[in-house]
Amino acid sequence: MEIYLIIMLILMICGSLFSLHAKDLLSAVISYGIVGFGLVISFLLLQAPDLAIVQVVIEIVTLVIMIAVIKDTTEVQDKQTASFSQFIYLLVLLLFTIAFYLAFDKISGSLSPFGQHTTRMATAYTQGVHETGSANLVTGIVFGFRGYDTLGEATVLFTAVIGVLTILRLKGKKGE
Amino acid sequence: MKGMTIIVRKVTQFIAPIIFLFGLYIVFYGHLTPGGGFAGGVIMASAFILQILANGEILDKLRQEESGLEFLESGAILGFLIIAGLGLIISSSFVFFSNFINKGIVGKLLSAGMIPLENIIVGTEVCAAITTIFIALVVFKDEVAL
Repeated sequence: MEIYLIIMLILMICGSLFSLHAKDLLSAVISYGIVGFGLVISFLLLQAPDLAIVQVVIEIVTLVIMIAVIKDTTEVQDKQTASFSQFIYLLVLLLFTIAFYLAFDKISGSLSPFGQHTTRMATAYTQGVHETGSANLVTGIVFGFRGYDTLGEATVLFTAVIGVLTILRLKGKKGE
Repeated sequence: MKGMTIIVRKVTQFIAPIIFLFGLYIVFYGHLTPGGGFAGGVIMASAFILQILANGEILDKLRQEESGLEFLESGAILGFLIIAGLGLIISSSFVFFSNFINKGIVGKLLSAGMIPLENIIVGTEVCAAITTIFIALVVFKDEVAL
């Protein structure tokens, strides 16, 4: 299973690299979809179907909106020519890669195995079927134990809609 | 916004109700199977977005829908707060978000107390919010063109 995950991650990295170097914006957006749908398959491989459902629908909707935006605007992106500064960028990238690899190599050796000290809450949650009565544990946690979180998320969406309407509306509601 | 060809319109007529029904299923069975209010709400919104993209030239109707959707969204989030407050007022434990309705048998459709109600309310809110954003992008862009 881990080998499939690694293949998906490599595919996602390739997709994002291609979308950075694509000629026009439309193909950039579509190849960026590789990242989103690869994330869906990764969630399924990691056995998180709840997240996968949300991610696949959100990915489709954002892709539709982005394509609709690009169809109405300019399609060709201004291309930068290769120069001396790109060589410096590559050098810095290489340095940081080596530094991060060494740091993570040091850190991951001295940490305890994943989730060892954080599972006390999780064991309480997994026994929560009898408290919430919900067969789907994730929904039980989201609406039962973490009700405030859900209220906050709904408020964030509400605020986003108000912001969009405020910025995009040019005429008043009554008309002039 | 211009609509699409007759092939797209006819296929949309068949597919959009099925997508909407699937979204309703995800919302109503959120406490039993994977999914829930957020996922089902976005699926229902995608059915509306498909309709808007296929039959685009109903701009006046869309402008009426927008205020109705705003009302639906605000009402849903108010209902969520009311349900959370009911736990504070009615239940014996005096806790916000207290799940005071009878839990029933685990695995049945009518179980888990208030969680299905909260799922339905959040689904309504998410569906209305995302459709409002899309309609705002479509309608106000055409206002600029006019």
